[in-house]
Amino acid sequence: MAPDQAGTGRLPAAFLTPGSSSFAEFLGDHSPELLPGRRTPPATALTTEAPHGTTIVALTFPGGVVMAGDRRATMGNYIAQRDIEKVFHADDFSCVGIAGAAGLAIEMVRLFQVELEHYEKIEGITLSLEGKANRLAMMIRGNLGMAMQGLAVVPLFAGYDEEETDPAGQGRIYSYDVTGGRYEEHKFHSVGSGSLFARGALKKLWREDFSQDDAVLCAVQSIYDAADEDSATGGPDLARKLYPVVAVVTQDGYRRLSDDEVGQFIQVVIDARMQHPGGPPAPLR
Amino acid sequence: MTMPFGYVSPEQLMKDRADYARKGIARGRSVVVLAYDDGILFVAENLSRALHKISEIYDRIAFAAVGKYNEFENLRIAGVRLADLRGYSYDRRDVTGRQLANAYAQTLGTIFTQESKPYEVEIVVAEVGETAEQDQIYRLTYDGSVADEHGFVAMGGQADQITTALEERWRAGLTLTDALALAVELLGRDPVSGDQRSLTASQLEVAVLERARPRRKFRRLSANAMSRLLGQGEGNGEDDGDGEPAGQRPDERDISPPTSLAGGSHEPPGPAPNDTGS
Repeated sequence: MAPDQAGTGRLPAAFLTPGSSSFAEFLGDHSPELLPGRRTPPATALTTEAPHGTTIVALTFPGGVVMAGDRRATMGNYIAQRDIEKVFHADDFSCVGIAGAAGLAIEMVRLFQVELEHYEKIEGITLSLEGKANRLAMMIRGNLGMAMQGLAVVPLFAGYDEEETDPAGQGRIYSYDVTGGRYEEHKFHSVGSGSLFARGALKKLWREDFSQDDAVLCAVQSIYDAADEDSATGGPDLARKLYPVVAVVTQDGYRRLSDDEVGQFIQVVIDARMQHPGGPPAPLR
Repeated sequence: MTMPFGYVSPEQLMKDRADYARKGIARGRSVVVLAYDDGILFVAENLSRALHKISEIYDRIAFAAVGKYNEFENLRIAGVRLADLRGYSYDRRDVTGRQLANAYAQTLGTIFTQESKPYEVEIVVAEVGETAEQDQIYRLTYDGSVADEHGFVAMGGQADQITTALEERWRAGLTLTDALALAVELLGRDPVSGDQRSLTASQLEVAVLERARPRRKFRRLSANAMSRLLGQGEGNGEDDGDGEPAGQRPDERDISPPTSLAGGSHEPPGPAPNDTGS
């Protein structure tokens, strides 16, 4: 394999050839077997054999964006993993959450992370937030064959837009379809099997004047509602202290909340649900 | 003394090539790389803010070069590709400065003997370790020779004078302020007349591999941070310059660590492993 040769001998010509600043394009030329989208799709659908990740939510607040994901991966009607992490650091000012075939999705996120860092190192500047969103769309487009065999990857991308001066527009969210279609979402969005229930909660709870803590609480509430209605979404596991992964991106950069911090929000949610199991009642008028 | 037309002895050929490369390198301004207590410091005299002589290669590894820009830029990009490919196909921890230095040595050696013209470059590959003893600084010359340096390296036009001075004045455990002041003083000394120029932040390119920084250790010092450190360096020079203000460039900022799944080695504190057992 190429890296082995390179470690002992001279750098292969491909390394010294002037090319683009994209790591994925370099891989495509030099080691195409490492690209997630270049494999032969399985002959039959693998909907129940491969672990699938479920619910991711993201919502904006003035000055940033919050993303949260539950901790469950399912394989058909089994729970494949109860502590999977589906929200990742993409670079210093963006994060990506994944729903769909977990193995492919995590591989895609790794490639995406290297892609962003590679560009930054080669060019000395970071991609624009939209540039990052478009690169992710291209990777998903390459996965269409797999998606047709039940191995769809549906990410949610969110970040802090450093070029935006209005705090209300600084947190931005992008969603994708299996064909690589990229759509900018406003206020909030959710993907995965529990997304419909989560979105219902987000719709009722989201306010434009949220503080960061309000936004985190809202994200945790909506994941709770998704877990309440969808068997493939995991709720907070108090016995094992497994809570949703929550990431916040603001002008200070990406930060994942510690389990202790998320645990405090979970406690607030659970205490309130002892009185109102359906969550905070919304005013009718 | 009759010789076949166009015959040049191998000794003469190598000597001519080496002289050619040396001349090219000696024309450029110098770069100094030196270890300090919390990492490795890179200082270059460079008027350009866009064309770098010092760059990040990977989490713990940085690159510094003198000579012809297009040639060392080509090597730098190849190094970033090599490191990123290796980190992607294995793990981030499997990328080391030694591998990179080897690959560069082989490449420069082959170019020196086989191509019509050698690369007029000299480069340093430095890797910051967990402790100062584990720091590695490799110096590579135009013919592919590798030297494993201890503590400091100077390259470029004034390399000899600066190296001589560093042999006297560098010691292990310098603070960042002292190390920067020393490097700037030596870079500003005229090799022939010995006159001292005082270099300002706008004439310098400065970066560090900071041992304590999470994941990506490379950070450029903004002009403000540099001026502040240099100002202190001329004073009592006690502060080691912690708490830099965030700059505008991505590699000048202080950032929070990513999670381990995202490729970082740092995970926010979670429950102890036995709490999560099923």
